[in-house]
Amino acid sequence: MSTDNPTTAVDDADSDVDAAELQALRERVEELEESMAAVDTGDDQKKMTIVATQGSFDMAYPPLILASTAAAFGWEVVVFHTFWGLDILHEEKSKDLKLSAVGNPNMPVPNAVAALPGMDKMATKMMQKKIDDNGTATIEELIDLSLESGVDLQACQMTIELMDYDEDDFYDGVTTGVGAATALQHMAESDIQLLV
Amino acid sequence: MSSEYQTTETLDVKGQSCPMPIVKTKQSIDDLEAGDVLEVVATDSGSMSDIQGWADGTDGVELLEQVEEDDLYTHYVKKTE
Repeated sequence: MSTDNPTTAVDDADSDVDAAELQALRERVEELEESMAAVDTGDDQKKMTIVATQGSFDMAYPPLILASTAAAFGWEVVVFHTFWGLDILHEEKSKDLKLSAVGNPNMPVPNAVAALPGMDKMATKMMQKKIDDNGTATIEELIDLSLESGVDLQACQMTIELMDYDEDDFYDGVTTGVGAATALQHMAESDIQLLV
Repeated sequence: MSSEYQTTETLDVKGQSCPMPIVKTKQSIDDLEAGDVLEVVATDSGSMSDIQGWADGTDGVELLEQVEEDDLYTHYVKKTE
């Protein structure tokens, strides 16, 4: 009996400590739960980075089609445009992208004929007509859709300067001021990396 | 066909080709509430495989049925969450 009181006193002291510890533990558990939830989302959330280097009419399509479709899947998408790929994001130039009639064995004319003046323009017109007839979206529509759905369209700063472009030449919403290091960083974080 | 489901909204993507049926389906689904059913009417034969792939790979949607009739491809997509 005589030991009851001291024991109770010790219990009280313990429970005081416990309350503080318990609170700290609760906070820690909450923190961990939050970070686990973040990790879980990370697993579900796919990321794709495309490097677009080509600016011909036909080569502008694949990155934009894949990017807008991936965004519809809820993926995080970055398209890094460099060299001729920059023209896709250039508001003026994107409306006047050309198809090359030379070097494509599927063209209905031999290379010697395809190299004649005006042939690129003709090939581009033919392709444009096919695209219209088929109900395929225009480059501009795909850019708008991509930006609307959260795709990060990036314009390589070095190429902007190399081509003597101005940052205002690009569609609203295009990211400028980025370079190879940014592209690599996104590629490293991505599940899918493509060079087009 | 549509009488089997309480279709909330119909999306007409006739005459449009890849990737528009998918991109527009996603946009329409975003505007709906959980439990709603979207009817997508397309002429693009690729939409049969694409809508299925999209629905499989996307959380919160369920493909209820796909109907092919007279060169029209009709898809019923339910928003589940």
